Amino acid sequence: MMRILTVLTAAAVVLASHPLSAQTPAQRAPAAQPDSALEAMTTRLASELRCPVCQGNSIQDSPSELAQQMRDVIRDQLRSGKTPDEVRAYFVDKYGEWILLAPRAEGLNLIVYLVPFAAVLLGGLVVWRTVRKWTAAPPSSTADTPPG
Amino acid sequence: MNWKRATITTGLILPVIGLLAFGLTTDPKMIDSPLPGKPAPEFALSVFAPGEGQLARNVGDTVRLAAHRGGIVVLNFWASWCLQCRDEHQDLSNAARAYYDKGVRFYGVLYNDQEPFGLKWINEMGGQAYPSLLDPRTRTAIDYGLYGVPETFLVTADGRVAYKHIGPISERLLSQKLDSLLRAGASAP
Repeated sequence: MMRILTVLTAAAVVLASHPLSAQTPAQRAPAAQPDSALEAMTTRLASELRCPVCQGNSIQDSPSELAQQMRDVIRDQLRSGKTPDEVRAYFVDKYGEWILLAPRAEGLNLIVYLVPFAAVLLGGLVVWRTVRKWTAAPPSSTADTPPG
Repeated sequence: MNWKRATITTGLILPVIGLLAFGLTTDPKMIDSPLPGKPAPEFALSVFAPGEGQLARNVGDTVRLAAHRGGIVVLNFWASWCLQCRDEHQDLSNAARAYYDKGVRFYGVLYNDQEPFGLKWINEMGGQAYPSLLDPRTRTAIDYGLYGVPETFLVTADGRVAYKHIGPISERLLSQKLDSLLRAGASAP
């Protein structure tokens, strides 16, 4: 009786550890671990989109419920095969260009990108002219003085 | 006086003042929606609050926007935690009753809230004339570019967003917008 039990136990152990009867670690991996590439792209896109209920926060940085749900939308759309551009386009379509934390460098948006450079150039010019004026040799006060 | 210098300085300062004035007089929370004029996002949402009388729908019924082609739909996003939603509640119910015979259908959509709280709120407010729908994971709200409640959308008979209103809407404004849409629909070939 003991021998039969021992044989049955050994058989059960062998069957349980057999590759055909159990999931291999490689098979379990996708379900157990998050897709790091998907998460990385979700994080990147979420960092580019403005949170509608906060002031100046991205939906990645916002703790609000809506931002969380928008991150889920990004993740689901990427998972369904949409490209990052298509996901961005979806949010622009719903919220307008406003949703992009960095507006596209085209059309009137160019002002946002060019004005800081123009301001720096203009400021530099003013500083240069002022410094030049200060360092210029003062007019000689004795040149036209009649000999005393 | 050096007129040239004064003109250049004024020319540089005025745009900055204009920009500051624009920034100070514009509410950063008022986001222009790109949706008006575009096809309204489709939805299929289930009824959790039935509405009243002839406007009622069975709890659990699925309401599809696509099934409303040929009639105007008013979609109001609300929540039990939203104080401003209280201000417009009666106006929406009045308008829903007044325009039912003209083919206008009103639906509430619960935003970031739970069904029991929504039902309790409706009860506290003395009822809601039109049905309210659940929006799991806020997908429909995001499809409509929502960023707060209350927000109200008017969808034309051919399924386009005609108007988006942010904040509490009055019965008078609703009547104006609906009359205008009904007239436009009647005069269309």
